[in-house]
Amino acid sequence: MLNEVMFFLFGAMILTFSVLTVTTRRILRAAVYLLFVLISTAGLYFMMNYNFLAAVQLTVYAGGIVVLIIFSILLTSHLSERAVMAPLKQSIFSALATIAGATLTLMTILRFNFVPNAGVDPQLNITDIGNSMVSYNRDGYALPFEVISVLLLAAMIGAIVVAKKERKLKE
Amino acid sequence: MIQNIPLSYFLVISTFMFFIGIYGFLTRRNLITMLMSIELILNSVNINFVAFNRYLYPQQLQGHFFMLIVIAVAAAEAAVAIAIIINIYRNFKSIDVDNVDEMKY
Amino acid sequence: MADYTYTLLIPLIPLFVFLFLGLLGHKMKPFVTGLIGSTGLGISAILSYATAFKYFIGSHVAGTGYASIKGFEVSWLHLTDKLTIHLGVLIDPISVMMLVVITTVSLMVHIYSIGYMKGDPGFYRFFSFLSLFSFSMLGLVLATNIFQMYIFWELVGVSSFLLIGYYYEKPSAVAASKKAFIVTRFADLGFLIGILMLSFNTGTFDFQTLTDPHGPAIASAGGALFMGMSVLSWSLVFIFIGGAGKSAMFPFHIWLPDAMEGPTPVSALIHAATMVVAGVYLVARLFPVYALGAPDALMVVAWVGGFSSIFAAVIACTQTDIKRVLAFSTMSQIGYMMLSLGVSGYGGEEGLGFMASNFHLFTHAMFKALLFLGAGAVIHAVHTNEIGGMGNLRKHLPITHITFLIACITIAGIPPFSAFFSKDEILAAAFHSNKFLFAVEFIVAGLTAFYMFRLYYGIFWGKETHYHHTPHEAPKVMTIPLMILAFGSMFAGFIPFHNLVTSDGLPFESHIDWLIAIPSVLIGVLGIVVATVMYKRESTLPDKMATTFKYLYKWALHKFYWDEVYLFVTRKIIFQHISKPIAWFDRHVIDATMNGIAGITQYTAYAIKGFQSGRLQQYAFVFVSGTVILVLIFVYLV
Repeated sequence: MLNEVMFFLFGAMILTFSVLTVTTRRILRAAVYLLFVLISTAGLYFMMNYNFLAAVQLTVYAGGIVVLIIFSILLTSHLSERAVMAPLKQSIFSALATIAGATLTLMTILRFNFVPNAGVDPQLNITDIGNSMVSYNRDGYALPFEVISVLLLAAMIGAIVVAKKERKLKE
Repeated sequence: MIQNIPLSYFLVISTFMFFIGIYGFLTRRNLITMLMSIELILNSVNINFVAFNRYLYPQQLQGHFFMLIVIAVAAAEAAVAIAIIINIYRNFKSIDVDNVDEMKY
Repeated sequence: MADYTYTLLIPLIPLFVFLFLGLLGHKMKPFVTGLIGSTGLGISAILSYATAFKYFIGSHVAGTGYASIKGFEVSWLHLTDKLTIHLGVLIDPISVMMLVVITTVSLMVHIYSIGYMKGDPGFYRFFSFLSLFSFSMLGLVLATNIFQMYIFWELVGVSSFLLIGYYYEKPSAVAASKKAFIVTRFADLGFLIGILMLSFNTGTFDFQTLTDPHGPAIASAGGALFMGMSVLSWSLVFIFIGGAGKSAMFPFHIWLPDAMEGPTPVSALIHAATMVVAGVYLVARLFPVYALGAPDALMVVAWVGGFSSIFAAVIACTQTDIKRVLAFSTMSQIGYMMLSLGVSGYGGEEGLGFMASNFHLFTHAMFKALLFLGAGAVIHAVHTNEIGGMGNLRKHLPITHITFLIACITIAGIPPFSAFFSKDEILAAAFHSNKFLFAVEFIVAGLTAFYMFRLYYGIFWGKETHYHHTPHEAPKVMTIPLMILAFGSMFAGFIPFHNLVTSDGLPFESHIDWLIAIPSVLIGVLGIVVATVMYKRESTLPDKMATTFKYLYKWALHKFYWDEVYLFVTRKIIFQHISKPIAWFDRHVIDATMNGIAGITQYTAYAIKGFQSGRLQQYAFVFVSGTVILVLIFVYLV
């Protein structure tokens, strides 16, 4: 019973705040609403007993990315600046495309009968996750781990290069 | 929990979040708000992966790692995107997406 | 069998001279180009004489006839086993005779032109075109098969076009060259149809096979009839149409008077001695087929020739431009040659007409070239073509005067000059075959003498008109060819053609039939006398005669209005009612379709240009909607 209530609460928060994120005219508030969405998602993960994932979500997503976004908002616009909304035609067409897509996807998903696995409640501890992350046997994930580290390195370097100020040559 | 909440509820939530993110991407004029919409999309995908992992394959960890990778990718992409946005701001003094339409006919 | 491969050089040397002068002539001094052209032709002439000597005298066994020999042949276009087009050299009495004629006259014209064209800016161009023409004509007469002849036929037409339009800045010359080319090309359509019909029916292009009296070609004469004539006859009539166009027979004669717009040496070479006799040569070449396989086609030839003859003679009596008179005289004499072929039979005495026609071709080349070159000397001296602007030139141009007089006496048929012999043979052949045609030609002989002497007196006698500067005699380089040609006109009649050039290659006995010769000489003398009375001194007799025969005179002066008829048909009928609608259709339907396709493409491009707007959200929108639609189609509808 409590589960359902919490689930619906979290679900409602996610949906409401995501709608608010995309429709509000104040940019900083949009960032905050995004933060709330991400926190609610972490809540969902906690409900599913995936503590590690929820922690990562909170730390990286909610803590890192949203902070980055807020930082860049403050760098590039005035706080009281109001965002310009799209012309009506664009909104209508986008809404239509979105609703069509949503309808289609929902129809496909709900038609399919997912058979959940018999309710074994796994006890995943962090040691297991850590071991399998760096092991390279059959269910080891060393390769994706390495790939992702290369990606992060490249992203770091790329971001620095792109955002660097052009240094004026001193005569 | 899984007795009470069927899998499809999670999928419905993630679908809605996905399409709301798409709507935001198509409608917003500010580049940063577009970036936020993209984060919404990526987040919805994460929910999907975790839900499937939890309900269909509880003993395995593929969903976990996919989600971790997606988060890492989202972070990297947000960083690079913001670097580009800052560059655009320097050149155009505004981050309206209609400013960056030079590659056209 | 003697080796005649060296005859290949005879047409090839002028070809090389043409290319050489055409490409490099502008760098050389004019006199050098003239010298090169003349030398080339001179070598060809010497080779031709050598060939003639070898063929007629050297390698000839007494008592037998002259066979046709293929000196050289190469297969040029091998399409199927049955359809192969060869290029080669055919040595046979008429081709050797033509070699001599063409190279001699061409050489004389070359030497003459060095003097006549002096100072002209396109000197080298003239000589290169003359060599091109010589090459084409030599190739035509040496052709081994009818297709090769057609190729060179067209080449000759092109050379004529280039040479008539030599003064390309004069609009009348350009119009004349176009007219000549179009009329002969139109006639060549008939020629081509004839070739196709003939070769389809007989299975061969080759002359030796076609003209073999015992061969399959002539035997195919009995066959399907169409409107009363066999297929063979029809094909030969069509071939004759082509020949009639080139030889300016009625009704294709309209181009010849206008072709006088070209320089006078061109008129001498092409439109008197060589190109216009190509039609006669064609009929002569195919003569066995005509005589044995299609006698009705031969009748067409005779009547066309006879009619053209008298038609031209009447018109020539009224013209006032020297070159026009000579042009119509040419048409009339070629009518003689055609008629002579038309009334001829095949073999021995029957073949008198054939022999006479070729004989007349030979002598005509000499005296007509002489007449034209003499006219050229006169024009060179007084700078006008009209008889009205000349008079009493015999004091100023003695050599020209004497040679011109010799040519006029020759053409009137007075013995012992050459044309008496050839014309007499023609009249004899006509007499034995068709009395009506004989009468026509008899009258034409008189008219010929009359108008030629009218021309002679008009130029060299009469009251002297006022000249800008005293006319001077032409330089030696122009008078020497005149003298050589006069010599030829006087003595060529003694060549025994009846031994050399006959319809079947065998010699036959021929003697002068005094019953016919004497009346023909008398009517020639009568013509001269009438002309003397009317024109030697100033008299009003010509004007009185003109008013008496007012309508005949007016019609003859305007060449019986045939030019106007043709212009009417082409301009009012063909251009207005056929060309204009076709042009309208081309411009408004076909072009509109093309423009429409281009317009649609352009419109479509504009319409879809908007897809590349550079706006990121538009791209994303298209992406999302596209995906949705594809999923819809492939998951739910397919």
